[in-house]
Amino acid sequence: MRARYAYALAIIIGVAILVFYAMDQVRTVSVLSFSLRYAVPLILDAMVGIICERSGVINIGIEGQMLMSAFAGFFGAALTGNLILGTLIGVGTGMIVGAFLAVGAVTWKMDQIIAGTVINILAVGLTSFFYAQGNVLPGSTPIVAIPVLSDIPLVGPVLFENGLFTYAALIIPLVLWVLLFKTRWGLRTRAVGEKPSAADTSGVSVQGLRFWNVTVAGLLAGMAGAYLAIEAAGTFERGFTAGRGFTALAIMIFGAWNPIGALGAAFFFGLTQGLASQLQADEVVAIPQQFINMLPYVLTIVLLAIVSGRIKPPAAVGKPYEKD
Amino acid sequence: MSTMDPSRTDLGFSDPDPRRSGPLDRIPSIVLPIVSVLLAFAVGGILIWLQGVSPLRAYAVLFSNALGTPEGLLRVMEKSTPLILTGLAVTVGLRAGLFNIGAQGQLLVGAIGAAWAGYHFQLPLIVHLPFAVLFGMLCGAAWASIAGVLRAYRSVSEVITTIMLNAIAIALVDYLASEPLKEEGQPLTRTPAIADSAALPVFGIVPSGFLLALAVAVFFGWYLTRTTQGFRFNTIGLNPSAARYAGISVKGTIVLAMAVSGALAGLGGAIETLGVTGRFEPAFNAGLGFDGITIALLARANPLATIPAALLIGTMRTGAAALQFQTGIEPEVVDVILAITLLFVSAPIVARLLFRNRNIKQTTVTSGWGS
Repeated sequence: MRARYAYALAIIIGVAILVFYAMDQVRTVSVLSFSLRYAVPLILDAMVGIICERSGVINIGIEGQMLMSAFAGFFGAALTGNLILGTLIGVGTGMIVGAFLAVGAVTWKMDQIIAGTVINILAVGLTSFFYAQGNVLPGSTPIVAIPVLSDIPLVGPVLFENGLFTYAALIIPLVLWVLLFKTRWGLRTRAVGEKPSAADTSGVSVQGLRFWNVTVAGLLAGMAGAYLAIEAAGTFERGFTAGRGFTALAIMIFGAWNPIGALGAAFFFGLTQGLASQLQADEVVAIPQQFINMLPYVLTIVLLAIVSGRIKPPAAVGKPYEKD
Repeated sequence: MSTMDPSRTDLGFSDPDPRRSGPLDRIPSIVLPIVSVLLAFAVGGILIWLQGVSPLRAYAVLFSNALGTPEGLLRVMEKSTPLILTGLAVTVGLRAGLFNIGAQGQLLVGAIGAAWAGYHFQLPLIVHLPFAVLFGMLCGAAWASIAGVLRAYRSVSEVITTIMLNAIAIALVDYLASEPLKEEGQPLTRTPAIADSAALPVFGIVPSGFLLALAVAVFFGWYLTRTTQGFRFNTIGLNPSAARYAGISVKGTIVLAMAVSGALAGLGGAIETLGVTGRFEPAFNAGLGFDGITIALLARANPLATIPAALLIGTMRTGAAALQFQTGIEPEVVDVILAITLLFVSAPIVARLLFRNRNIKQTTVTSGWGS
């Protein structure tokens, strides 16, 4: 039922894009590229949320994971003078913070939302405490145009002329979907998130699987942070991630904890933001900047109010596992 | 725990009546936060030491500037006031099984509401001041009620909605202060100054807003443990199905608890506007909401204990500016210390060190995404 609405919406948006493209090629491509850039960190972060919650762990610290990764990635690259090394440091930081959450939420069985809140506050504190002005990146990341595909009108310049993280954000949801629904790991992960006692009985280590899933998912938050600092902005400022980690949680919910659904939801969010910005830039409508800033959050609340009750989170999410 | 819905609140205050527990039973609830704070200071000291500054000197600067002069004390009281109230806001939510992360947004909305009520009307003091304070509270309550209604009637997690409402509030008050409520002929983004009849007085070095916050904390200490409504909050927090059987309207109580929580945060904003800044400026209060969470958990959801917790954090926030000025240490070291404090109070590490072979009650405040 829900899927049918989603397909209908996707088709309507697709047709609208084609109509706009016929009317104004340059603007359409620019809006879509903007939307994709906006969506990339949301997609990666939503995947973090999906892996964690499918395993039964709420991760509200994605924002902090991403902020620390962006910080570490930027300063790693700026201080070592090596873009690749910086990227690896950024991505690795995401995993270290993921391990921190795993220790708190899984091993220590802390309240999961407090554990995430600790990460968020710590991230703001540490990245501001160690922030130093006047650092620059040693270069910029390459834009890789994929031969043949990038020559397709509309689709080519939007999807196939991007940086590496953007390609990763487009491919990872598909890979994660296969992993979650077609592999033994996926079955076990979903079991641990829905009915941990049953998984335990059949010999799956609930604690072990949760621990590793939360830790490794941190890599994706690290990629989102590294993308923001190194590929997208080329700089780092205090409070750089601007709440994207929280928006990603909403995207995860709209996507019904399904990687492909979240990919679509992230595109939709990106598109609303891209359109609003373009309308403002063209002075079609005089929307104050503040309203454009609040758009994704208002959209989140409205959509949550509409869809809630129709999609169910994993049954055991938020509950530490206690053996009976 | 086994008799209760495991997804719901257990802050270890299932017995809210202090008369029924002996003095020895109450020691851990005081010892744990104190040890956690001290350990967090030790970790913060390492960070400061890594920056090449003596931690002892840094902490001496931090506290002496805040507590050593009358002006410092005044600022500590001013800074602690919204902290007491946001701490209470989070506490009321926790009691009712709700995790209000949105105290920040509710405070901002309350602050700008009080500013509007304060400059837009010309009324005698006896009417104007209470009106402006109440209007700020009403704005905060209305803002929080969005999350309360969605939680009660649409099962939308208040954690997500209050985070979103924070972001919306930040953008909204910025818009209001730069367009419709802007002071005319001013380049700055701010509202006009409030009328004198809406200003909260300062008695010597004691702001009346601070006294008001203390009174509210004492009131809630009584309200949550001694009134029927407080009992309803606790019951839906501890066991919503039992509450339903007992004839308590769970939905109505959730909306009410959220509204009360928002009113408290809104009061914090109103006092800030009417007693400290004298007008609304969007830049003046970042991050107060998160401090409210730390305070509520440090105080283990006890309204009276929010007072010392808020004073501690207010002192640190006041001293942080001098710290940067005199030692070059970034003021955000306070955030790091607070995050670590929050970790130590809520993770079992410190508790296990302190009370070996005793059943440690885990701090569980939240359920999943709505339920």
